[in-house]
Amino acid sequence: MFPRPIEQSSPAARLAYKVALPAALFLWLLPLLGVAMTSIRPASDLAAGNYFGWPSAVALSNYADVFQNSPIGQYILNSFKATIPTVIGAVALSTMTGFALGIYKFRSNLPIFFLFVAGNFVPFQILMVPVRDLTVNFGLYNTTTGLVLFHIAFQTGFCTLFMRNFIRALPRELIEAARVDGVAEWRIYWFVVLPLMRPAIAALSVLIFTFIWNDYFWATVLTTSAETQPVTAGLYSLNGQWIAAWQLVSAGSIVAALPPVAMFFLMQRHFIAGLTLGAVK
Amino acid sequence: MAVAFSGQTARKSFWRRNQQSLTPWLFLAPGMFMFAIYVVWPIFESFWLSFYDWDGLGQKVWLGWENYVELFDDDAFYTSLYNNVLWLVLYLLAVPAGLGIAIFLNQNVLGIRLYKSLFFFPFVISQVVVGLMFSWFYAPNFGLFYNLVEWITGSGIAILADPDLVTYGIIAAGLWPQIAYCMILYLTGLNNVSPDQVEAARLDGAKGLKMLWYVILPQLRPATFIAVVVTVIGALRSFDLVSIMTDGGPFGSSRVLSFYMFEQALSEYGYRMGYGAAIAVILFLIMMVFISGFIWKMIRDEKEGY
Repeated sequence: MFPRPIEQSSPAARLAYKVALPAALFLWLLPLLGVAMTSIRPASDLAAGNYFGWPSAVALSNYADVFQNSPIGQYILNSFKATIPTVIGAVALSTMTGFALGIYKFRSNLPIFFLFVAGNFVPFQILMVPVRDLTVNFGLYNTTTGLVLFHIAFQTGFCTLFMRNFIRALPRELIEAARVDGVAEWRIYWFVVLPLMRPAIAALSVLIFTFIWNDYFWATVLTTSAETQPVTAGLYSLNGQWIAAWQLVSAGSIVAALPPVAMFFLMQRHFIAGLTLGAVK
Repeated sequence: MAVAFSGQTARKSFWRRNQQSLTPWLFLAPGMFMFAIYVVWPIFESFWLSFYDWDGLGQKVWLGWENYVELFDDDAFYTSLYNNVLWLVLYLLAVPAGLGIAIFLNQNVLGIRLYKSLFFFPFVISQVVVGLMFSWFYAPNFGLFYNLVEWITGSGIAILADPDLVTYGIIAAGLWPQIAYCMILYLTGLNNVSPDQVEAARLDGAKGLKMLWYVILPQLRPATFIAVVVTVIGALRSFDLVSIMTDGGPFGSSRVLSFYMFEQALSEYGYRMGYGAAIAVILFLIMMVFISGFIWKMIRDEKEGY
């Protein structure tokens, strides 16, 4: 193990480590803590210049205010409406592409795989004008469907990379055995491979949920009104309205950050597995 | 009856014979179709559009290389390019910083799992929220950072309003989640470091930095590769933070290529889709240098894997 386990060090070093850990964490999360504190600060505190001291009262009213006087509830609903179908679509498509590229040997296998991988690295901006134009022509501009379709297509690149690597690592004997028994190929996919992919599906779902929830660029390019905008794009416009009302900006930010954060803490094991399994292989 | 029966076997045997070679294509079809329409084709279309003058609605007017000629004479383009280079160089600090935190946290003490998750926390939050947090952090007069600087030097700096410092301020905000990302990659990597080699090196008297450099880092190479890849891509894609924290300002000094492109193509200053596409093409070509490097390495690893 590297570095040397701290239990083997002197008591002084152990004590120092024990103190350093929370101190480092406090510094690391300082911006977050500041915003969390501001979000429960009454507006009068800010007006009186009490920016860092203990809040004079816990003003949960800021949160109530945000929900009552801004469309943030609608924005959050829109985010869910864009995120959940994307997760389902991208994961479904990529179990299929991953299966095709992970199991079968054919000449264009590697080129197709690397086409997906490369597409995944492309800067969004090169896609922006044509994708926007395409969405307008489909009559899907400023709709959740338009946003979802693009996200599914783009995420399929990353998901394929992930799924294919996962399937490659499965024991091949299982598939060979099924073939010897005369099982049809699609049944191998459905009854043999898919059940084994459960951990990958879970990991990928959590990851894609976070990516799409946090997407800001496509949200601003493809949606424009409060009825369709996800919360990231919504926060941008609210930030413009709430100039200097930092208690509201903070409360809004915390609300917008909550779903992926909750997802992360509930599904932590899958999340980390996803990030590293797709990557460090 | 007999005819129908033989027809069925013929069809069945055609499928039987070719099942193995047709199945992958059937499975690939929906994914490839979507990917072709929304990702592959638009890349070519952008190249094509960059030779036109187009407002997004009306007639496209052929310009030839004019967009590019204008671009190479555009000060805002050079500011953006310079800022992108700055992003790229400084953003890569996330890799050693992430390694540092990972080493710091790679212990077995009580509650360390929770510490690791909390350190990873910034990566889970949307960049829009990160941007707002740092705007608050930097805010003149009451921001924590402003006050800290005031306390140390006697006068505060409004980072986001200073054309010379603004990009550094935004990059610092971007580093926060990126360090967390690199950290988690390295934590997993450290987990897989072979204990035997570490012990053997210890017996040989290696420790500290020497141990890190000669024994640990070579074993962490896959993690380092991915950390560099995601950091380079993140730096070149940087858009969210610039948009949310400064909108490119003050006086356009914090623009990056991705933001300038968006501004030209879609903002209130006018819909110059062709010019925007030309900027995107330049960004794409810069990215292509890195992408081909990454892909080349991945293909090499893949071939060795067979």
